[in-house]
Amino acid sequence: MAIIFDHVNHIYGEDTPMAVKALDDICLQIPDGQFVGIIGHTGSGKSTLVQHMNGLLKATSGHIYFNGEDIYDKDFSLKKLRSKVGLVFQYPEHQLFEIDVFSDVCFGPKNLGLEKKEAELRAFDALRKVGLPMELYYQSPFEISGGQKRRAAIAGVLAMEPEVLVLDEPTAGLDPKGRDEILDQIRRLREETGMTVLLVSHSMEDVAEYVDRIIVMNHGRILYDGEPREVFSHYKELEEIGLAAPQVTYVLHELEGRGLDVDVNATTIEEAAETIWAAVKRGKKSGMSPGRDKTSSGKF
Amino acid sequence: MEMIKTKDLVYEYIRRDEEGNVEGLTTAVDRVNLDVAPGEFIAILGHNGSGKSTLAKHINAILYPTEGVVLVDGMDTSQEAYLWEIRQRAGMVFQNPDNQIIGQVVEEDVGFGPENMGIPTKEIWERVEESLKAVGMYEYRKHSPNKLSGGQKQRVSIAGVLAMHPKCIVLDEPTAMLDPKGRKEVIRAVRALNQVEEITIVLITHYMEEIVHADRVFVMDQGRIAMAGTPREIFSRVERLKELRLDVPQVTLLSHELQKKGLALPDGILTQKELADELDRILAGN
Repeated sequence: MAIIFDHVNHIYGEDTPMAVKALDDICLQIPDGQFVGIIGHTGSGKSTLVQHMNGLLKATSGHIYFNGEDIYDKDFSLKKLRSKVGLVFQYPEHQLFEIDVFSDVCFGPKNLGLEKKEAELRAFDALRKVGLPMELYYQSPFEISGGQKRRAAIAGVLAMEPEVLVLDEPTAGLDPKGRDEILDQIRRLREETGMTVLLVSHSMEDVAEYVDRIIVMNHGRILYDGEPREVFSHYKELEEIGLAAPQVTYVLHELEGRGLDVDVNATTIEEAAETIWAAVKRGKKSGMSPGRDKTSSGKF
Repeated sequence: MEMIKTKDLVYEYIRRDEEGNVEGLTTAVDRVNLDVAPGEFIAILGHNGSGKSTLAKHINAILYPTEGVVLVDGMDTSQEAYLWEIRQRAGMVFQNPDNQIIGQVVEEDVGFGPENMGIPTKEIWERVEESLKAVGMYEYRKHSPNKLSGGQKQRVSIAGVLAMHPKCIVLDEPTAMLDPKGRKEVIRAVRALNQVEEITIVLITHYMEEIVHADRVFVMDQGRIAMAGTPREIFSRVERLKELRLDVPQVTLLSHELQKKGLALPDGILTQKELADELDRILAGN
């Protein structure tokens, strides 16, 4: 089963002079278990898009199907949908409020109407999944570090045991190690549970490293939708809409421009190192390549 | 005279529980000695909670040292008489542009600082114009800040500081909430201020790519300066940076990976051009 968007439009402030079309005829399908990255400049409609997935925003027109059911049907339970599609907002730690971390994580499952015992079991499980050390469970959520707060907030959503996890810029403001830890944890979680993950991000490097598929939003429309290598091959067009490719893409294009036979579509450090290493070895065997002579002979 | 000088700076704060009882003492900045010359571009790195923002807040007297001294352009920040003067010489830009913009129109917002200083109206307008031009936002002077992108808002914040004619600007993660284009715009504006206007820059960031052009980099850990040097010196030490929960630019990491595979590349490659030149050199040497 999957999430399907069928000609979805969203207009903020419809029928007012301030009307803004935030989603423009969106059609997409997200199969179960996929790791999807959503990128776009500020105001491109990516947050609006993900807020439709659990019915937080209602489409102005069009249909959204979750596991084959139209979520706008009269007898469709939005409450059930929200327990299946977990949404982690930007700066989720601003939403922590309970007296200790454990109570905070219990809040979601309790709200679903689960018994206390079941809710607590789920909270334990969720806290373990995000890798928060046990000695922090009964600390105030306001006295732990930024990265820990963010994990606690993510655990609060995981405790609802969603089938789909949507994260809106989960690493903004974290230090590089904190960023890697959270993203690694999400990757592991997805491998363990097979849940669908949607990651909204401003970091092209992160998206390239972790996701199977990238959706690029621009002016409320889907501009590109494909594997990272394919999407980042449009790096010039991405720059025009305020985005970029991972830094390695630029390195590889520069090297290709100087005549080195590298695969310019590599998007991660490992892939790039591999293709450069192979090209250099080949280059040594066959001597200087003609392309390189042309572009940079003046340097030697 | 140094633009900024800290001598054995210590900052401690008292942790309290919910009833207000003292739980203990946290040392956020621990014996930091820093000298920043006029016109320098320095960057401060460090993981969350390493003390870098606390250090930065001492530079324009938002916080005062528990022990030690902070001198800004020769003025001691703990002396209240210097407060206004210090805040005007060392401006500060924060992470979230929405928390810093108050005006309904861009030019009004930029004029707020000089107006507050009691500058004559005619000069305020001159300052607003030159500041907006310096950050490339002059054509938006009549716009509402609400309609601007994150990068544009942040540049308006910088113009607002600039209009007070500071000698030094401290930027605390100015790009953390921006998209790639916004980040590039802000960093370009900051570099231009440093190179053209010779304003001293202290940039705090988590994006390693943004500091390759800094004159010097300081890495903080547990309130202390753990590493100091040029970007090249700092980024040559990939393993040590990882221990400090940090990272290196992707190009540097890529070069490090290639070194591990056996390519004879020097340490601390910072830009794609350097890497390409080095690879050319290796290929030519066969």
